[in-house]
Amino acid sequence: MKHICKKLVVLWLGLTAFAVNAEVQIYITEGRDDARPVAVVPFKFESASEVKVEPPHDFAKIIADDLRRSGKFKPVETAELPQSPSQITDVDIDAWKELGVDGVVYGVVKETAPGKYMVSYDLIDPYNDKAVMESSIPSGSYPLVDQSFHLMVLKTKLVNSDNFRWAGHIAADEIYEALTGERGAFATQIAYVQVDRLAAKPYNLNVADSDGFNQTNVFSSKKPIMSPTWSPDGNKLAYVSFENGRSEIFVQTIASGQRELIASYKGFNSAPAWSPDGSKMAMVLSKDGNPELYVMDLATKRLTRLTRHYSIDTEPSWNPDGKSLIFTSDRGGKPQIYSVSLAGGDADRVTFEGRYNAGAEFAPDGKTIVMVHQNNGNFHVAAQDIDTGNLTVLTKTSLDESLSVAPNSSMIIFSTVDGQQKVLSAVSMDGRFKARLPANVGEVKAPAWSPYIL
Amino acid sequence: MKRSVQLLLALFAALALAACSTTEPADDTTDTTVQQDDGSDAEAEALARQRAAEEAERQRIAALLENTTIYFDFDSDAIRSGDMELLEVHAKHIQATGKKVILEGHADERGTPEYNLALGERRAKSVAQLMRTYGVSGSQIEVISFGEESPANPGHTEQAWQENRRVEIKYQ
Repeated sequence: MKHICKKLVVLWLGLTAFAVNAEVQIYITEGRDDARPVAVVPFKFESASEVKVEPPHDFAKIIADDLRRSGKFKPVETAELPQSPSQITDVDIDAWKELGVDGVVYGVVKETAPGKYMVSYDLIDPYNDKAVMESSIPSGSYPLVDQSFHLMVLKTKLVNSDNFRWAGHIAADEIYEALTGERGAFATQIAYVQVDRLAAKPYNLNVADSDGFNQTNVFSSKKPIMSPTWSPDGNKLAYVSFENGRSEIFVQTIASGQRELIASYKGFNSAPAWSPDGSKMAMVLSKDGNPELYVMDLATKRLTRLTRHYSIDTEPSWNPDGKSLIFTSDRGGKPQIYSVSLAGGDADRVTFEGRYNAGAEFAPDGKTIVMVHQNNGNFHVAAQDIDTGNLTVLTKTSLDESLSVAPNSSMIIFSTVDGQQKVLSAVSMDGRFKARLPANVGEVKAPAWSPYIL
Repeated sequence: MKRSVQLLLALFAALALAACSTTEPADDTTDTTVQQDDGSDAEAEALARQRAAEEAERQRIAALLENTTIYFDFDSDAIRSGDMELLEVHAKHIQATGKKVILEGHADERGTPEYNLALGERRAKSVAQLMRTYGVSGSQIEVISFGEESPANPGHTEQAWQENRRVEIKYQ
């Protein structure tokens, strides 16, 4: 958020021009039958000035697209809406009940000065006339009409051209949470590696909003870039770069661009993973002869070795409680997922189904681990319930890798191959919703979903 | 160590000279077989045959040294039996010349990138290990893994994967 808000308008315009050509766009490839119908009414536009400058984006469309992309909602086509209210007193509750929608969003974008806007939006539940009492809307902030009892969300925000889209994602998060009880993850970002083999610097580490818009470049190189991962505060990225001829781990502050080389040991340096509190980083180093898990104290740079085995041990992911890590090891002959305590001790095997399980990630809620699971020669995304141990294959694509879970644990983003192109894809935690984010230029891979950015 | 390298270099030089001189066998034979002695004629023939064999061997080795890539099965670091001879020839060449090599390990795109980085290193180390058994000093070998990040063939087919599961011997 911080690094988005503070950009100069001029710079923003430049980036927009770039984004138009290069942004990653999202297509839903498999929807859910049980997606809930909602209505998002196009917002009314008002301007005090004589020269009306339309807002840079369609606020209602940002919200509708976000809700659709969650897989849980099916926004009704604009042409089928019974009316176009812009404030609570305009709302005809019966008309929306007849349409049969679980929620109605409407609002006003008011231009207060060139490039500055006041955005007001409401969410109502047509079926619940006590909704306002169950919401956090302060009494007295809405007109005393019957319709007001249906209010679930009532907001007014001051935004500008810079953060207009971002404000739309925040609004979508508020609406999503009011409708599901679960925090939304639309106002988040994705880091990924884009490869254009014909470019002078083919390897790019980019960051875009969760819907693929506002792509910005973080680092470019002539040599491969791997394994980007976010710091828990969302301000930094750790990644592996081959710029010095072999794999080393760097940490880069996104806003300033400042980079620090933090692991350049003999052998390879790979698979960085920040601890949940951000004070430590798990990594895999082969400096002692073969790949082992280490934890680096980021303040002192001191390493603690966690595994001792001649096999491959790699791909650490922190348990959200910060006390243990899961990792991939082929100590049993084929790669499987194991767990090891930060306090040390033996590793426990976690996966038992299938001959190849690797690249496991803990969902932030700590209830599920997701992994790459080989089945009949194909590599799919699979989820394993921590309590029951049940493993469910979520995808039909065959070259899935680099899994990353949304901060609200609702969705997994991953890299796969579609046709002959390397693309990003997303699947809901239950496997029932799928979307694809093809690259317009080259190939995209190694996605990493940011934590909540607020 | 340095002595043995020099010795081998001398040996190589001698072999090379011997190979070169086979281009003018006529002069050699007329000079030494004036008497039409049957025994020396057979000797010369044997010598010529030996020289031809040495030349063939030299050419075979030169051709093998041109080939600097070996390939692997999926999720395996086992060197295929058909590559043993190639690696022996490289090992002897590295040992004889004192050259340094980087062994670049690579994997195909299947499975996860971080596991594949480890797999690429394991493949390169498997080659390094074999070279050491042929007498190459560890200080002449550097192992670098690129995992699946630097494919020889960027395609997504069985053919591309075969080409990408490899170790490249890079002479420095």
